[in-house]
Amino acid sequence: MAILVFTENWEGKFKKLSYELASYAARIAEMMNLPAMALTIGNPDPDELEKLGHYGLKKILVAHGKNLGTLDNQVYASIIGDIALQVSASVLILSNNGTGKALAPRLAVRLKAGLASGVNGLPISTEPFVLRKRAYSGNAFAHVAIHTPVKILTLSQNSFELIDKQSKAEIETFQVTPDSNLMKTKVTDVQKQTGKLLLTDAEIVVSGGRGMKSPDNWGPLIELADLLGAALACSRPVSDEGWRSHEEHTGQTGKVIAPNLYFAVGISGATQHLAGVSSSKYIVAVNTDKDAPVFEAAQYGIVGDALKVLPKLVEAVREMKSK
Amino acid sequence: MKILVCMSQVPDTTTKVRFTPDGKSFDATGVQWVINPWDELSLTRALELKDDASTGVTQVTVAHVGPVGNEPTIRKALAIGADDAIRVNTESNDAFVVSSQLAEAIRQNPYDIILCGIESCDFNGSSVGGMVAEMLGYPSVSAVSSLKIENGQAILSREIDGGKEILTVPTPFVAIVQKGITKEPRIAAMRGIMVARTKPLKVMEPIATEPLTSLLQFEKPQPRAACKLIDAENPQQLIELLQNEAKVI
Repeated sequence: MAILVFTENWEGKFKKLSYELASYAARIAEMMNLPAMALTIGNPDPDELEKLGHYGLKKILVAHGKNLGTLDNQVYASIIGDIALQVSASVLILSNNGTGKALAPRLAVRLKAGLASGVNGLPISTEPFVLRKRAYSGNAFAHVAIHTPVKILTLSQNSFELIDKQSKAEIETFQVTPDSNLMKTKVTDVQKQTGKLLLTDAEIVVSGGRGMKSPDNWGPLIELADLLGAALACSRPVSDEGWRSHEEHTGQTGKVIAPNLYFAVGISGATQHLAGVSSSKYIVAVNTDKDAPVFEAAQYGIVGDALKVLPKLVEAVREMKSK
Repeated sequence: MKILVCMSQVPDTTTKVRFTPDGKSFDATGVQWVINPWDELSLTRALELKDDASTGVTQVTVAHVGPVGNEPTIRKALAIGADDAIRVNTESNDAFVVSSQLAEAIRQNPYDIILCGIESCDFNGSSVGGMVAEMLGYPSVSAVSSLKIENGQAILSREIDGGKEILTVPTPFVAIVQKGITKEPRIAAMRGIMVARTKPLKVMEPIATEPLTSLLQFEKPQPRAACKLIDAENPQQLIELLQNEAKVI
């Protein structure tokens, strides 16, 4: 028996999310007195594997194979499902990111396993197996009990602290030949910006709303983000108006994020917007209306016109950085 | 070509979420029920495809697993333009049970394209689309932000980290739909509301399945400490607080 965690790699590299998953799996493994193992598909760099091993993993399984460069849900689920059976995984952990959300439900059916998605911490108990998960789009949490012998969960990003144990994992590499009948999707084109800080990975996010008044006013907001090493986001009206791209929309129907620091600039804080950002550790609000709901969610606030406050804020950050 | 749109019913997205005093169930007092937003976007896209004769889409059906009390929400989908509807007469908050019912309905009457929203905004499970696909042995594509049909071939785009992938997939398949699939949800016109009353709504009895999970309890997030207000003329103070108190920059 084992705790198995699926850690995807991005062109051979892992990222903070992977170490978070490994730390989490290792901690559950301790709770249940089982070994923690990771599975990755592709050709990760040896240094990357070694680093992943530092987070308390006993073993890392690396599956190579042809045509595994793009995600085919059916093929990936069959590979992960087979490995889970081989190692008798009692708990299978995935990220609650795009890949995890695509695979976990298929795996739940394959393994006849109960699934809890968007889990944000360690199990409340392991016997029975009860988890706390996101519900009502961030407005509540639900306690979910999984009744099946195999349990699957997806972990929300930025919800677990890294635990670097400087441990060393055994690496086992093997070849997989997926059933060619399962490979039905065909990727014909990839449109990707490389080198850009992803909104879901960012520690700091700077977000603009209708209070920015026009797409032409984004300059100081971008400057603030650059100075802080932050990713840019926006509220729904801003992306609906086409002021900014849909990729930047955070909120219930957009991206759900949990950075350490979220700047809501000129955003009033409708329930739907806060649903997407309420897991942020700190929220700073800048808004003209002192009664705006965003101030109820924020720890720090400035009541004032975003366009007047921003240049001063940029100046203050610049001053801090120069010290 | 026939499209099935799986829909769930959720509290209106502006609802102040409340629970019963024991925390065991959602307090539905005074709640307005709506079609789950992503399911509504899926339905809109399905209808757009049907409006375009070149796609060969001839029928759009909605399927819902829920009690008779949810029929007004199904009628809304019919008013928006779905041709007919299926309701499986059972209620469950376990995704495996819901998916089993949908999969059975599809086995009895297959569709070429099955659309599911990426999550429901009540339980945020992101589960049903993938489960239905696996139960039926169909391919699934997640985080779909565009769906076209050209010369009988479905072309989808899927959001990935930092961009998107364009892909093709043969029918039948399940597309798990997110924002971007269409501009805005379609709204029912008066005529649509009138004809919705007479559109076919087939009720199926559920097959026997055991839930794999149960929802024990709900809790509200801890209220945050009161917001510290900083003078608009003095943002240096904010930067100091972020640096020395919150320690996040």
